[in-house]
Amino acid sequence: MRFTGALRSEFTKLLTTRMWWVLALILVVYVAFTAAALGATFGGILPGGDEAGLVGDGAPALVYSVAVTVGYVFPVILGTLSITGEVRHQTLTPTFLTTPRRGIVLAAKLVVLFVFGVFYGVVALATSVAVGAGLFTLGEVSTGLDDGEIWLMFARAVLAMGIWAVIGVGLGTLIPNQIAAIVVLLAFTQFVEPILRTAGMFVEGLSEVAKFLPGAAGDALVGASVFAAMSGPDASGALLEWWQGGLVLLGIAVVVALIGSLTTWRKDVT
Amino acid sequence: MVTASDRDGRTIEVRGLTKRFGAVAAVSDLSFTVAPGTVTGFLGPNGAGKTTTLRMLLGLVEPSAGTATIGGVRYRDLPRPITTVGTALEAASFHPGRTARNHLRVMAASSGVPSSRVDAVLALVGLSDYATRRVGGYSLGMRQRLGLAGALLGDPGVLVLDEPVNGLDPEGIRWIRTFLRDLAAEGRTVLVSSHLLSEVQQSVDRLVIIAGGRLVYEGTLDGLDTGGTVLVDAPDRAALAAAIRSAGGSVEPGDGGLSVTGLDATSVGAAALAAGVPLSLLMPRQGGLEQSFLDIVGGGGSR
Ligand SMILES: Nc1ncnc2c1ncn2[C@@H]1O[C@H](COP(=O)(O)OP(=O)(O)O)[C@@H](O)[C@H]1O
Ligand SMILES: [Mg+2]
Repeated sequence: MRFTGALRSEFTKLLTTRMWWVLALILVVYVAFTAAALGATFGGILPGGDEAGLVGDGAPALVYSVAVTVGYVFPVILGTLSITGEVRHQTLTPTFLTTPRRGIVLAAKLVVLFVFGVFYGVVALATSVAVGAGLFTLGEVSTGLDDGEIWLMFARAVLAMGIWAVIGVGLGTLIPNQIAAIVVLLAFTQFVEPILRTAGMFVEGLSEVAKFLPGAAGDALVGASVFAAMSGPDASGALLEWWQGGLVLLGIAVVVALIGSLTTWRKDVT
Repeated sequence: MVTASDRDGRTIEVRGLTKRFGAVAAVSDLSFTVAPGTVTGFLGPNGAGKTTTLRMLLGLVEPSAGTATIGGVRYRDLPRPITTVGTALEAASFHPGRTARNHLRVMAASSGVPSSRVDAVLALVGLSDYATRRVGGYSLGMRQRLGLAGALLGDPGVLVLDEPVNGLDPEGIRWIRTFLRDLAAEGRTVLVSSHLLSEVQQSVDRLVIIAGGRLVYEGTLDGLDTGGTVLVDAPDRAALAAAIRSAGGSVEPGDGGLSVTGLDATSVGAAALAAGVPLSLLMPRQGGLEQSFLDIVGGGGSR
């Protein structure tokens, strides 16, 4: 009863402010734009794709997977805001008054945000596939949609988006200050991790560690990433197997949420 | 279940409750009881520790020591807490982008409270016309009302209200007084805090007064009245003071005479006559509850 109540409450909570659809809208625009640029290049509509050797069998997967490669930040942000927003607006007070067992509240948020992450994944994929396949058709190259492999990739991409949302919740419990959490999120995903992964390509041994970074694990899970592809032909060696990537991503989500739940989530609400 | 309805009040018991925020002792070894079916005023000046005490009672703040229970159970052990204890803490706890109705729907969903109840409590506090407006545009008084709506949502037998009068206009204050009396008439237990006695004086049966985080008074309203003072004067003040002291009163210099406590006007007059001191002034002064309240919290207020 307590858990289903908390679940219902968290769903209602998320659906009754504008945040979820505003973020979804930006996600769609961002993914559409990126998929259009790549699809036009790979589809042979824009010049340059051929020389770079990018046009080929792998092209559809690379274009469709931008749903995650550029879109994964959105479920993370939604997840983070689901915690930091409550801290910022002091709504933890009514939340904990209705469900005083804080572990139940956190568990409900993890489940609800996973579902929303999956939803973001579906929306983002629908966008990248609509735009990408449209352009491939226009350029008279294969859309790749008749390949069963690509549908498995879609499933993994949607799963990845769900886990990213869970990581966001963990981040929020770890860093309840909204501005600090968003700054850390953007700094890590846009600077720290790309630099480490790039360095991993050149520094012996570092690539072994870089594989376990969340972004790299996420790319491994999806199994297609335009960034990984552009890192060169050896790049695939720098990623884990898809299922390993999935487990690492999930592991990161669980560990971050666990640390958060044992520290700031227990603090006095004054 | 065959237990009594949740509408029936339960006893609130606070035992040895203590909270330190770093070096600040916000609440120290506080004990008091709130009997079922009574309205109890929880008074103390700003910073006395009222909010901290209530938040410990509600499981929001972890006590450094001591316990607080409702009907013998800790708040967090209540199965559907808002159906047992309704709470309105200070005003700002709403997401500004959520409407009043949705704020209450979020609360209702957690506890299996039917959504018809949401509209019922909005009507009860007079917010029906504003139910679908975002709370960000609400005045302080409207937020207070929405807070009360949240407290009533689960139709609880116990209500804990932290400074509900703050920010209300005179109309609102009158409304809340009636409101508190009605709740008590229905047999609910109400614990209502305020930093001003006058705000709750007309609504409460009993008082718990704290200052500096410590209990300074627990009892009835009447018991708080220390009986007032008598202002008296005579050309020979020294002789008058001696006469009063020997009759058992205590004397302090007052404005325009001597201020006597511990004796009523008749006894002061008799003492003066017996000592042969002619009086130039004899005037009983009603100390009043507010004065007694200020005396009490002034005495215990500093750490
Ligand atoms: N989170 C906190 N951190 C540090 N000190 C606090 C905190 N909350 C309250 N206090 C202090 O505890 C004391 C009691 O505060 P409070 O319970 O809010 O009093 P009241 O509600 O009676 O005005 C005050 O000295 C206040 O400054
Ligand atoms: Mg207070």
